[in-house]
Amino acid sequence: MALSGLAIYKLLPKTNCKECGYPTCLAFAMKLAAKQAELSDCPYVSEEAKQALEESAAPPIRLVKIGEGERALEVGNETVVFRHEKTFVHQAGFFVRLRDDLPVSELQARAAEAAAYSVERVGLDLRLNGIAVEATSDNAARFAGAVEAAHQGAEDVPFILMSGDAEVLRAGIAHAGPRPLLYAAEAGNWEAVAALAKETGCPVVARAAGDLGELAELVRELKAAGLEDIVLDPGPANPAQALTLFTSLRRLALRRNFRDLGYPILAFAGSPDLGGDGEIVLAAQHVAKYAGVIVLDHFDPAAAYALLTLRLNIYTDPQKPIQVSPGLYEIGAADENSPLMVTTNFSLTYFSVSGEVEASGRSAWLLVADAEGLSVLTAWAAGKFDAETIAKAVKQFGAEGKAPHRRIILPGFVASLSGELEDELPSWEVLVGPREAVDLPAYLKNWN
Amino acid sequence: MPVKVDLPVEKYRGAVRQVTLGATGDEGGTRSRSVTVGGETTLPFLLFEGDMPHRPVVAMEIAEREPTGWAPLLQEAWGDVWSDPAAWAAKAEEVGADLVVLRVQDGETKADDLASRCRAVLAACGLPLAVIGPGVAERDNELLLAVADATAGERVALGLCEDDNYRTIVAAALANGHLVIASSPIDVNLAKQLNILIRDMNLPLDRVLMDPTTGALGYGIEYTYSVMERLRLAALQGDEMTQQPMLCLVGYEAWRQKESRVGEEVPLEWGDWKRRAVLWETVTATSLLQSGADIVVLRHPDSMALVQSSISDLMGK
Ligand code: B12
Ligand code: SF4
Repeated sequence: MALSGLAIYKLLPKTNCKECGYPTCLAFAMKLAAKQAELSDCPYVSEEAKQALEESAAPPIRLVKIGEGERALEVGNETVVFRHEKTFVHQAGFFVRLRDDLPVSELQARAAEAAAYSVERVGLDLRLNGIAVEATSDNAARFAGAVEAAHQGAEDVPFILMSGDAEVLRAGIAHAGPRPLLYAAEAGNWEAVAALAKETGCPVVARAAGDLGELAELVRELKAAGLEDIVLDPGPANPAQALTLFTSLRRLALRRNFRDLGYPILAFAGSPDLGGDGEIVLAAQHVAKYAGVIVLDHFDPAAAYALLTLRLNIYTDPQKPIQVSPGLYEIGAADENSPLMVTTNFSLTYFSVSGEVEASGRSAWLLVADAEGLSVLTAWAAGKFDAETIAKAVKQFGAEGKAPHRRIILPGFVASLSGELEDELPSWEVLVGPREAVDLPAYLKNWN
Repeated sequence: MPVKVDLPVEKYRGAVRQVTLGATGDEGGTRSRSVTVGGETTLPFLLFEGDMPHRPVVAMEIAEREPTGWAPLLQEAWGDVWSDPAAWAAKAEEVGADLVVLRVQDGETKADDLASRCRAVLAACGLPLAVIGPGVAERDNELLLAVADATAGERVALGLCEDDNYRTIVAAALANGHLVIASSPIDVNLAKQLNILIRDMNLPLDRVLMDPTTGALGYGIEYTYSVMERLRLAALQGDEMTQQPMLCLVGYEAWRQKESRVGEEVPLEWGDWKRRAVLWETVTATSLLQSGADIVVLRHPDSMALVQSSISDLMGK
């Protein structure tokens, strides 16, 4: 939690020497609290004060980075319990777990498949984040071989290495690419795992099953050993306990400023009693309820698509719809005979429509009116997508120049606007398209 | 040094109202059992700090005559019963639904025919019933009146009761011992206002369910999830007009999206069609259960099984 100006003042020398550029220590303290000054501007500040201030400025849930480069994953630094309070910011990462007793060719192929998966939605490429390799025995050589094979298949993504034995983990680190997440330091092995994490600069998971007190104690030991990039696994035994423990961790970090538990959470979705689809349901729960890293046991495109869509939705700020700029968009190679359609500037709406037009194989003009980022029906109900708005967009974006046929297709849901629009655009013909974008290809086939 | 961490418990002043659907023989109806929802004193499934005396339930939505425009995978799942609401309801009961929701199609359904179909559904299955009109105010008024009359005493939930048709529907519920489903568009204040209007007509609030409007996964859930969470928090904090149990029309929303409707010429990354469609409905439902749904209304039996097993996992039974 950030300190107040007065609390900071108490830590300053109180000599009012002015060297910081401010008339008094108090004035400087106020600027610091407002984050408009740097502590280093005061040459006389004590070590103790420095530490207190740094700690207070640190986010209540630490941001932890796994991997390096374009596909590195950053999780944590969440600031709210409920997304309507502000918004969730660092999307949970999905990792697919592979066990080292698989044949290397299969390890490589499975890792490649998961890492390469990418699905487009509202103009964004949604992807899984990485690969977890689990050691099924204490065999360091086998683990190293498995990690190497998986990494060959998935070179650009971060890894999680799973073994209770620090020497096995060490063998894996050599092949896993930069900054793999080490799983896990527990009561019995933490000293060796912490030493390895310190030496290699890898982030590390602290695991204590079912008891947050033991987990906090373990985190203290890891911090005392000089580690900061920590991820928590409170080892829930079932979905209900996962909800209880993860909710508790989020509340403790944010509402009680409990530093020793202020780290992102790692969650498993697969379990022997849940079966393939139970795993997806549990993964979905983890997305909404507070996981930073989610480990899946199966990769399947249908499930991945549903989970990635949920993640996008949960991490979208409900106060700010994702929008596209209003304008006249050309789809394919449109010319003066191509159909002209109108829609709103809500991203989901725009991409639903443009996607179907593209799929139809027909070129077209898509006029995107400024409806403040609302969907067709919402905007219509809110009076932000009416005949006047559409007519204004037609003029503003020069639709007549591109589509001199002066025919404009309305979304089927707002068929009731056609009369008024004809009044607003006297020399135009207003047509009503289908309600759902899915039916556009069939509709466009008959358009001429 | 050992650290002791107590789970951070939040204490709330308010509770969700308990609402009972369906009436058994003893209670003046003919249902083989009634279903009670609501009563929560904490957020969903946080049983360490409060109670959830009734588990959330899964309702199966069926159509009052052969549906038009429903996704082809649904027809495949239901087979023969597709054009026979009574057989469909019996099948829904057999596969484990907790409630049946009968959806009236757009078009020319006659009030008399609908009334007799409702009676046939009640005769064929022992579950509590909800009936949802076609969504056009005049038609809703006419049809739901007939339904209310024909099913008097059965504690049927009538919907959707909105700001432009609530008077007639509430009156019909009052006269025949039924409940209403109060529906408002994704807004805490609009939901409260409608509950107030209904209360002012003297329908007891333990006969009101609330539908805060559902958005499917990928199609508005980012809004509806949080509006439900806010409604539930308000209820727990003691705001009396938000304490109705929530019902979500998940199947209706999920099955009209392209992901569920279309199996061909879609991106390869979308994966297997049936699996995707079932997961789309399932994930929408389980996410909304996390934000406070008491009744999720589904359309596919496979999603129902998945959602029910998730509810059991979370309730610890
Ligand atoms: C999410 C949502 C919201 C969000 C806004 C999201 C946003 N950025 O738009 C919020 C919560 C803010 C909201 C608010 C309101 N909403 Co609202 N909302 C929804 C919801 C759940 C989903 C909308 C959505 O995202 N649809 C997906 C997009 C892609 O659909 P679309 O834009 O229509 O596009 C499709 C088609 O129209 C077609 N299409 C689009 N363009 C074109 C172009 C052509 C040429 C063609 C042929 C086809 C086509 O293709 C798309 C895919 O098929 C719907 C209910 C529902 N479940 O659908 C209600 C809904 C649209 N909302 C409604 C209402 C009333 C409101 C409010 C007015 C309520 C209020 N009084 O406060 C407010 C108004 C907002 C304001 N005052 O600022 C009503 C509208 C009722 C009506 N029939 O008029 C609905 C239908 C809910 C209901 N059943 O009552 N809403
Ligand atoms: S430089 Fe430091 S001691 Fe001097 S006035 Fe500024 S804050 Fe105070």
